[in-house]
Amino acid sequence: MAAPDLELTDSAPSEPSLRKDLHTISVYVTDKPGVLVRVALVFSRRGYNIESLVVSPSAQGGFSRMTITCSGDPEILEQIIKQLSKLVDVVNALDHTGDAAYETEIALVKIDCSLSQRTEILQIAEHYGAKVVDYAQDSLMLRIFGSSEKLDACVALLRPFGIEELVRSGKILMARGQRAT
Amino acid sequence: MSQPPNSLPRATPTGAEVLIRCLEEQGVEHIFGLSGGAAIPIFDALVDSSIELVLTRHEQGATHMADGYARATGKPGVVLVTSGPGATNTVTGLLTALMDSAPMIVLTGQTIRKNLGFDAFQEADVTGITYPVVKHSYMVRDNRDIPSITREAFHLATTGRPGPILIDLPKDVTQDPCIEPRPAVIDLPGYSVPSHAAPTDLQAAAELLARSRRPVLYVGHGAVISGAGKAIMAFAEKLRAPIVNTLLGKGAADETHPLHLGMLGMHGTAYANKAVDACDLIMAIGARWDDRITGKLDEFCTTATKIHVDVDPAEFNKIVRPDVSLLGDARLVIEDLLERVEPLETEAWLTQCEEWRVRFPLKYPKKGGLRAQHVLDRLDHLTAGNSIISSDVGQHQMWAAQFCRTREGRRWITSGGAGTMGFGFPAAIGAKLARPNEEVWAVVGDGGFQMTLSELATVAVHDIQTKVLVINNNFLGMVRQWQELFFENRLSGVDLEGNPDFVKLAEAYGVKGLRIRRPGDVDRKIQEARDHDGPVVLVAEVMKEDNVFPMIPAGAPLSHMIIEPPKQRLEKPSGST
Repeated sequence: MAAPDLELTDSAPSEPSLRKDLHTISVYVTDKPGVLVRVALVFSRRGYNIESLVVSPSAQGGFSRMTITCSGDPEILEQIIKQLSKLVDVVNALDHTGDAAYETEIALVKIDCSLSQRTEILQIAEHYGAKVVDYAQDSLMLRIFGSSEKLDACVALLRPFGIEELVRSGKILMARGQRAT
Repeated sequence: MSQPPNSLPRATPTGAEVLIRCLEEQGVEHIFGLSGGAAIPIFDALVDSSIELVLTRHEQGATHMADGYARATGKPGVVLVTSGPGATNTVTGLLTALMDSAPMIVLTGQTIRKNLGFDAFQEADVTGITYPVVKHSYMVRDNRDIPSITREAFHLATTGRPGPILIDLPKDVTQDPCIEPRPAVIDLPGYSVPSHAAPTDLQAAAELLARSRRPVLYVGHGAVISGAGKAIMAFAEKLRAPIVNTLLGKGAADETHPLHLGMLGMHGTAYANKAVDACDLIMAIGARWDDRITGKLDEFCTTATKIHVDVDPAEFNKIVRPDVSLLGDARLVIEDLLERVEPLETEAWLTQCEEWRVRFPLKYPKKGGLRAQHVLDRLDHLTAGNSIISSDVGQHQMWAAQFCRTREGRRWITSGGAGTMGFGFPAAIGAKLARPNEEVWAVVGDGGFQMTLSELATVAVHDIQTKVLVINNNFLGMVRQWQELFFENRLSGVDLEGNPDFVKLAEAYGVKGLRIRRPGDVDRKIQEARDHDGPVVLVAEVMKEDNVFPMIPAGAPLSHMIIEPPKQRLEKPSGST
């Protein structure tokens, strides 16, 4: 996949530049009522903004995996990890920022488009390996997956055409090799 | 569980009965509470129980009683209240217990399960409201889980860093028969309790200690909780190192010991703060570098080596980055470390500390009107440190901390982290019930006392022989002191004009009331209160405008300590509260 030309992202400069301040934390929790609120409160009390949060069942029954992308004062991050670990329902919490981990995300993008714009949009879609999942009279829906940075870049390229709706799954991540997530 | 209980044989216990049996098995002897609709099945089950119900006049009082009970013994205090407002009235008590790591179990009634979320009468999302103020909480949705939840709750409340646990109990869960309860198994994969510190960390700490010539042991509540007092005294004596303690660490080590310099921090002794400011090594034992202790953090012990002993790993690097952190139980860590250290060359240092102690003693003018310091100083002498003192929050709290020297752990009870006014009196009631053979004093101000004094009815009805010393200056004195010192004496919201006559008020509840007006009355009245066979409210009508010194203004470095009343105007403090 060729690197997208970042100059083309000027129309939405905030998206790629935000990424470098983001942390990705993986939290392994027991599947108990209220665990999501307890986790969220650790962030909100310390002024951290949760960018995305994915909760899914884990391989082991009775446990869930949370993958949390968040931004805030880096000096507080250590406290956040420790306060998460301190929660009785949290088995472990690990910061994977900068780790050797495989990361991915899915986005669905609905674009208003006239016939004359379609070719160009489809070219962008092809470049990013995006699939057209809905073909309508005046709109297209694309499904893109890959790294969050790639999704940012693709969305930025599509923005000038008029994005009507955008839904992103939030980042999920798994540590490579023998390392635990 | 859909059948009404009457149609089943009597042998099938209700959820409430199973709950009470579980509490009995945990050794619970007292429950502090106030009834209400959603909790009736639990109160009903208490009728046939050996557990004594202490009926309070407000739920907040119940929580502080349970807290005082817990702090006096180490056993968790148990609270039972109803749903909605009954439960929300426990929030202050939960915060108080959480901030000071006190073990507590709060049982709250709740509306029936099918009404949850439908704004039913006296329904509140109590687990939701209390998430930030509990160590952990449960809502029981199946009464077969009551044994395991109860067991987990007590385990969590009392181990590691203790704290309050809330259990929300829908009324149908407690009222319905509990058929085949699941076994009481603890299943907490996300919870572990540190005990011994890692040998490599112990070795690293021992090596740092060996190089120190001006060490200070800074002892906090964790040392009291773990029962580390004896180990710390042996450690200090072997090292020949001075000890200071926090407000909550009072009594972990004997404050009358020659190596003890008393309390440090905002209103600590001058000699304790001077020692901390000049030390080359400071070792925190179950203390958390609170802002009352460090003052301006950038200038706190900048050149001193720091060792931090704590059972809660989240405390490491939170405020201070220690050179060595020792994760474990304070008593075990100090015992392990004791074998690895040798006496230090601290003669010059101890001489210096002694010089400070002589030069900057705690003192108060002996002339003029009646002073709180004088009353508390005499209370300390007359009881010879053999009482349990439970303070409220404010000026009297600081004076009591200064003048009532605590000789052993669990004889000093106060709300430190939360600074909850209204805590002292009910906490003293809990302490007295927990240790009936001890003399228990509540030391309160006129402001805080009025927040929970309805519990006078509780002491009267149960004949709980708590002695209440009211330091009455008809002001919210600590705030008035700040306004005088830092806000050009522009008094705002501090004048408690219209206070009741506390002696008559006590008598109205059937409690003996006594009054001290003059310094000459102090000993006689304290003795009269001690000799009285029953609860007493002893009101000391002290001078209105006295101030607590020494004082380190909030956010100022330790070196800016004000030892004597200042002559010039002071800058507004930069630190919080």
